[in-house]
Amino acid sequence: MDFSITSDQKLMQDSLSRTLADASPLDRVRAYAGDVSDQGADVWAALRDFGLPGVLIPEQFGGLGLKLLDAALAAEAMGRAVAPVPFLGACALAPLALMRAGSADQQTEWLPAMASGEVQGAVAISEPIAGARDGAGVMASGGRLTGKALFVEGGLTAGLIVAADKTGGLHLVRGAAKGLGRSAMTSIDQTRRLAELTFDNVEAEPLAGGPGALDALRDAGWTLLAADALGAGDVMLEKAVAYAQERKQFGRVIGSFQAVKHMCAEMAAELEPCRALVWYAAYAFDEAPDEASLTAAHAKAHTSEVGRFVARTATEVHGGMGITDLLGLHFWFKRIGLDRQLLGGPERVRAIAARIQGLAA
Amino acid sequence: MDLRLTPEMEAFRAEVRGFLEAHRDHYAQGAGADRPREAALAWQRLLIDHGYAARTIPKAYGGYGAEPDILKTRIISEEFNRAGAPRGFANQGISMLVPTLLEVGSEEQKTRWIGPTLRGEVVWCQGYSEPGAGSDLASLQTKAVEDGDDFLIQGSKIWTSTAAQADMIFCLVRTEPDAPKHDGISYLLFSMKTPGIEVRPLKTMTGSAEFNEVFFTDVRVPKSAVVGGRGRGWFVANATLKHERGMLGDPNATEARLGQLIELMKTETIDGRRLIDDPVFCDRLMALQSRVLAMKFNGLRTLTSALRGEAPGMAGLVVKLQGCELNHQIAALAIDALGELGVLYEDGPHLRAKGSWQWNYMFDLGLIIGGGTAQIQKNIISERGLGMPREPKLAKA
Repeated sequence: MDFSITSDQKLMQDSLSRTLADASPLDRVRAYAGDVSDQGADVWAALRDFGLPGVLIPEQFGGLGLKLLDAALAAEAMGRAVAPVPFLGACALAPLALMRAGSADQQTEWLPAMASGEVQGAVAISEPIAGARDGAGVMASGGRLTGKALFVEGGLTAGLIVAADKTGGLHLVRGAAKGLGRSAMTSIDQTRRLAELTFDNVEAEPLAGGPGALDALRDAGWTLLAADALGAGDVMLEKAVAYAQERKQFGRVIGSFQAVKHMCAEMAAELEPCRALVWYAAYAFDEAPDEASLTAAHAKAHTSEVGRFVARTATEVHGGMGITDLLGLHFWFKRIGLDRQLLGGPERVRAIAARIQGLAA
Repeated sequence: MDLRLTPEMEAFRAEVRGFLEAHRDHYAQGAGADRPREAALAWQRLLIDHGYAARTIPKAYGGYGAEPDILKTRIISEEFNRAGAPRGFANQGISMLVPTLLEVGSEEQKTRWIGPTLRGEVVWCQGYSEPGAGSDLASLQTKAVEDGDDFLIQGSKIWTSTAAQADMIFCLVRTEPDAPKHDGISYLLFSMKTPGIEVRPLKTMTGSAEFNEVFFTDVRVPKSAVVGGRGRGWFVANATLKHERGMLGDPNATEARLGQLIELMKTETIDGRRLIDDPVFCDRLMALQSRVLAMKFNGLRTLTSALRGEAPGMAGLVVKLQGCELNHQIAALAIDALGELGVLYEDGPHLRAKGSWQWNYMFDLGLIIGGGTAQIQKNIISERGLGMPREPKLAKA
């Protein structure tokens, strides 16, 4: 019985954090956030050198062949660094779609290119999971897709799109396909860009896997978003504690006032158990499939709630400085804000959690 | 991460199951407090003989004498819960006094007290808190004044759970009035039958007296009753408080409570509709399930630290605060989901679960306060866990 991450996993996570600290310090994040033409190519190149795009892809296709728990530890590092890269789609969900639902030919064609980071994949799966808004949704017929998909992380530039249709079937669409339209959806979080994709009778290849594959993408997506929020929340708490030990008022550091200490203690008390929940959800994805969907739902819903609490409380501990652009704390605040809403907010995810265990119709 | 058990542990689990199966007639008729006293004592002896109680206490002192093995302890706990079999006694004598004596007691004290305590022949109560010394326990004022070979004790204690049934008390008293407050305390063991002790039940909001007040007037106790040295009582007691905090907020108990709440919401109806089919209540239930799972996995994480002999760190510091709050919220949701029925109490044809949800809601609030208040827990989390400074001491006026 061992409920912990291995020293290799810890080493990998620390090494990734150092890579991100070098390649993407806050000034670099700020530059990316302020310039939509900035593709973050240098940050992506550093992650390619690290091998991260292939974290989940089997070694036979040039990847690292690791598990979702390893990807979750990487996602936590992404959240810590507010990294300006489309990690979720390109390094995790698009490869997983091909691994779980692709034919041998499809895997051979795409997995090596995704593992090397040469091709960035993106997944358009929001509608069947988080619900269809503004008439979005994709219809598949005769090898063609028609309709639109919203909230596609990394969708503006992806070389390959995995799109879910209204029945939950998955399809591959090449980035250069005729009739594929892309436009930016500006969100609070400028470290990860979202796209609206339009499909006008676009050529597509079906992926063989059915609704089971979409469920797996949902579970992995929920877990990785939770891990991202956990990493971002950890940083906000650390920054709040550091600030409270430095800032003086009434002749004392504010961290010696119980009113401030207790805010920090409450953040820690809420955040620390999320770590075990995220680890377990990620572990279950590969090792305890019967529990994977339920624990992923709880990891997503709960870490979203805790994330919101930590984001506002850590900002408050910083006083007026907390809300300034200069300090940059808002990058983490907004990162947590997007993690919460993407692929369904807590209420929607909890309703699905009740259905998963047969408690609701 | 590897949650599989080794073949040795699986074999141990089978052994525990075999024992519980073979002795089903010992406990099938009901568990815990309803059991007749003689049968309870016999069951306790049987558990000690097989290593399912007092497992790691040395044989010389009446225990089973096994090497500490946290995983085996957990397997025992899981299998007893699964079978609905009563566990070994977990009173304050066993969970707090025995570990303290093992750590700092004299050979004579260990030999005399540990065995009978483990077997349930001697029942203890804890004399720590006073009306004027709660969170600031070290300011306690109950005095023990030297009189020849004895101390004469004056003062009072409060929140003494089992004082009425107890044979003995482990008690903190001030023996050195001129020493700084942490250095003037001694830890004494004495009989509750000693002349000059009066026990008054302390009725709480639940309607029953889960606690007592204890008054001492010229209570004569030999100086040999001190544990761990005169003036060392504060440090002796801190070793014990650590054991108490570990008991509060147990995630397995919380998970069992959530299971009862789910069952309630699946079976109770209002206007012919199941409580769980109300989306607001269902959402609240799922939010609590998130928290219960988080604390359960957090428990597996701290267990892993313990197996390795590592300190659990922040994951351990948050357990009392979060676990007690969670129990309270589970009871609150049960009351809310039951609607008007949720207020019924004590007796009556419409009463559900003997009124236990309301009882728990009130009693659990006491546990949020007791054993180190939520606010003290937050001080501990911020100071020991996050490295934040202590509140500066007020200058003496």
